[in-house]
Parts: sequence; structure tokens; C-alpha cells
Amino acid sequence: MALHFELVTPAQLVRSEDVHMVVVPGTEGEFGVLEGHAPFMSTIRDGALKIYKSANAAPEEIMIQGGFAEVGDAGITVLAEHVAG
Amino acid sequence: MASLKELKGRINSVKSTQKITKAKQMVAAAKLRKAQAAAEAGRPYAERLAAVMASLATKVSGDSAPRLLAGTGSDERHLLVVVNTDKGLCGGLNANLVKAAKVKARELIAAGKSVEFYLVGKKGRAPIRRDYAKEITGGFDTSVVRNPGFEEAENIAEELVSMFEAGKFDVAHLIYPIFRSALVQDPTAQQLIPVPAPKSATADSGAVVEYEPGEEEILEALLPRYVKTQIFGALLEIAASEQGASMTAMDNATRNAGELIQKLTIQYNRSRQAAITTELVEIIAGAEAL
Repeated sequence: MALHFELVTPAQLVRSEDVHMVVVPGTEGEFGVLEGHAPFMSTIRDGALKIYKSANAAPEEIMIQGGFAEVGDAGITVLAEHVAG
Repeated sequence: MASLKELKGRINSVKSTQKITKAKQMVAAAKLRKAQAAAEAGRPYAERLAAVMASLATKVSGDSAPRLLAGTGSDERHLLVVVNTDKGLCGGLNANLVKAAKVKARELIAAGKSVEFYLVGKKGRAPIRRDYAKEITGGFDTSVVRNPGFEEAENIAEELVSMFEAGKFDVAHLIYPIFRSALVQDPTAQQLIPVPAPKSATADSGAVVEYEPGEEEILEALLPRYVKTQIFGALLEIAASEQGASMTAMDNATRNAGELIQKLTIQYNRSRQAAITTELVEIIAGAEAL
């Protein structure tokens, strides 16, 4: 079982994949989301989104700017205005 | 009767026009594919945002709702945001948009409201200025960039939101074409500000969603973003519509030019034959006279 992760910008769907954990830079602090997280919604400050493909893997970082993250039954959806790299 | 030389000149000029329209048609066809792909790529974001908005709007209502959602409380001053193309050669697209904008304006004026215009794109300026020169309050020039993208949408949205917050208007409508196919682009008017309350979302699964910071803060951050997304969507639609309309218009133009060339060629051949016949008659008459 894994967490379904989607990263969407106005221009395109950047990522849609199953990962182990995602660490999101929320406005009130970073938070990590694992599979089965309670429904949650937060705005995002500019920063790095860390994606852990598996439990011990080195995180992949994506710089995002402005937007919000939504965690629901279906997984985590990050809506960002700008994505770098 | 036009002389042979004149006819030849006209045929050549129509031929070079045909070459231009043909080239423009092919360029539009290639660009259309790209514009359509871009419009499709932008859809997931808009859908997700709308879904989140709907679920939030049902939770935050009443007096605590931000002004972008609740409005100013009156609907006297309307702002029409008309999105046009920057380039011509796209058939009746811009004319239809301007017509739709003017119909909407007349409707609002007839209902006793005041109307102002905010123009995006070059091609709407002149025809709207003809009827509503004083009502144009601002505009955004998209002709400086090749493909208006999210950055432009952001700038437009920011300007509109600040105008709204400064109390310059009560209601904003967005007028843009919806791209249905290369043949059909429907001009549509849509309320932009205040953000129309989304249709109540299908009842949540009952799960309690936690919000960080609060629901209101999120909604406040979300609303300008929603406006941006709407405008970005309109920019994508206008790009696809422009290329589609241009392709159709140029296809027609190329065909018309072909017909014209045929007609002129027939005329040219007839007058050439007439000239030869006249010459022969003259020679024979001269020979007989000897």
C-alpha cells in the first residue's frame, strides 16, 4: 500500500504516482503525509516538497510556490502555482 | 474589357494571396494542436480547485464570508472583462465576442446598472471604443508575449481584485469564447467576481477535515487563486479559439482564391482567343483587299 500523490499546476499535471511519504511545506510548518492520513487541508508557503518513494529512499525535492495541499481518502493532492525543477 | 496584361497581373496577385492564406492556415492548424493540448492540461487544476472551493464555501457562509465570495452587497456597477485576440485573420471570432459583450452591456444598462469595460487583447479595443468610449476603464496588453500564460492571468487577476477591493465595481463578468471545435466558438459571459457560490458539493463522506490555518483563511487565499484560474482558463480558450477560427477562415479564403483564379483564367483565355481571332480577321481582310 502506498500514498497516492498528485502535483498539479495550472499548466499541467506534473506528477501522479504512488509514493511512500510526502513532506509538504505548510504555512504553519512542514508536515509529512503517510498513507491513511486524516483528511486535512493546508495552504503552502514557498519551499521544497520532499517526496520519499520508499521508506529509506533519499527524498526527491521539488520547489513549489503558492498553493495548497489537500489530503483525503484518495491520497494527497498538491495544487501549486509554480513548480521549479 | 480588361487587357491581357491586366488580367495576368490580377491572376498573379490572387495567387500570391492564396499562398499567404494557405500558409496561415497550416500554421494555425499546427498551433491549434498545441493550444488544445494546453487547454486540456490546464483542466485538472481547475477541476480540483472548483471541488475544493465548493466544499469550503458550504462551510464558510454568512457574515464571515470574505468579500470576494459575498460581494459588496450591491450590484449597481458592473465590469465586463472582455477577452479578445491580439491578431486578426480569424474570421468572425472577435466580432462575435464584441457583439456578445455589447448585448450584455445593453442588458445591464436597460436594467439601470452602470457598465464599465476592461479589455484583454488588442482586437476588442476599437469596436468597443466606438460605442462605449467613456466606459473603458482599463485593459491588459497580451500582445507583448507570444503565448499568454499563467503569469499574465495572475497580473490580470491581481489588477481586478485590487480594483474590486478599492470599490471600483460590484460585479465583474468575464466574456470569452468557449472552444467547441475549429468551426464553433461560443462567446460566453460568466460571473467572475464575486465568485459565484458553487453548486453545493455532493455531501462529504462525513469525514471531519482539519484546516490549517483556519477555514476562512484558506478560503481567503483560495478565492484570488480561483479568479486567476478562471482568467487563465479564458486565456487558454481564446488561444485555442483563435487558432481554430483562423484555420477555418483561412481555409475558406484559400478556397475562394482558388475559385477566383479559375474564373480569371477562363476570362484570360477568352480574351486571348478573342485577340487572336481579331488579328486573323484583320490579316484575312487585308489579304482579300489586295
